[in-house]
Amino acid sequence: MWKRDEGVKPASDVAPSAQPPQTMPGTPQAAPRPQIGRDAVNIGKSVVIKGELSGSEDLTIEGQVEGKIELKDNVLTIGANGKIKAQVFAKALIVLGEVTGNVTASDKVEIRDGGSVDGDIVSPRVAIAEGAHFRGSVDMQRKAAPSTQHAKPAPQAVAAAAAAPQPVAR
Amino acid sequence: MTLSDLFGRLRKDKDGSDTEAIAADAPVCPSRVLSPFLAGLATKQRPVLLDLGPVVGSNVTFFGEEVGCKIFVEDLSADLDRHVREGKVQELPAFFERRFPQESETVDGILCWDIFDHMERSAAERLASQLTRLLRPDGLLLAFFGTADPRSLPRPTYTRHVVVDKSHLQYRPYQAARPKQKPSVNRDIQRLFEHLKITENVLLKTNLREVLFRKPALAATSSSAGTPVQP
Repeated sequence: MWKRDEGVKPASDVAPSAQPPQTMPGTPQAAPRPQIGRDAVNIGKSVVIKGELSGSEDLTIEGQVEGKIELKDNVLTIGANGKIKAQVFAKALIVLGEVTGNVTASDKVEIRDGGSVDGDIVSPRVAIAEGAHFRGSVDMQRKAAPSTQHAKPAPQAVAAAAAAPQPVAR
Repeated sequence: MTLSDLFGRLRKDKDGSDTEAIAADAPVCPSRVLSPFLAGLATKQRPVLLDLGPVVGSNVTFFGEEVGCKIFVEDLSADLDRHVREGKVQELPAFFERRFPQESETVDGILCWDIFDHMERSAAERLASQLTRLLRPDGLLLAFFGTADPRSLPRPTYTRHVVVDKSHLQYRPYQAARPKQKPSVNRDIQRLFEHLKITENVLLKTNLREVLFRKPALAATSSSAGTPVQP
């Protein structure tokens, strides 16, 4: 009885303890797969596209695109290696690489550190990180009616202050 | 700026770190003209704003949300640096003549920040003339002028002006190719923008003069109907 139990226990202890470490590191590896397969598509570094690019999936571009990109209901990410010379229409645009051309986004445009945009941006939300390059104009449609102009500034000023790095009060 | 700020800055610069690394420590100072500038823009329908400083993401968000304006970012400090490095500073006046592609009287507000401190008189005059051309009647122009001797600064820097709120700005210095030029006195400033009217002129404790100019509505052409006149 005792011997049999001891013989069984080590075997069953080893197996579960050995398996979790395998599954733990395996889990994060497995996680990106469905994202790429289901929602996001990558255009690799070596790919060059000239013409019109449109679709209904989130897209990450690491290569070069010249022409026009339309992803009106999806997120377009220009990776750090991506170089775009195109008019861009997307729901959201995240730029880590280079974009030359006018950008229209129905939700937001983010230019991250190291990202570059030369062109005019039309979007209700625009975030330009420190270290990003931007040259052009930004047109953010105001959400509130003009009659609420005076009531509106306070929370926005707070939001802007919060967005800025912590200042040293003097 | 306090001495501790200054020494802290010097220490970091000696380490060879980028000047922007001190951004978090950069001083926040009150501004007396930003609030009236914003109030003036808020009276306009879909105003157009021209920012002559380096791009600051939080400023774009702030002005976009606060006054719902279209913002053009035209970083003149980068242009200045390029001319200095290429040894073409004397070409700046001619450069400013063709720098702005916008049509005349199409801009409601201009943020010059302290860009005039960094250029010689001839270039400043040409730039001021171009900005006056761009400004719509009743449009506003905000400019800062240092009154301290630029030789007292440890190294040449531009300033990135970050809007903290309607009445505070954070000054973040970053490296410039050459030091500021001789400070402008009040009379020089008035002459620089002789076609504009000074509505606010405040000398801060930081030795910075904040000036808010307005283009007189009387100079408006008859086609400029639709822009309300600010009393």
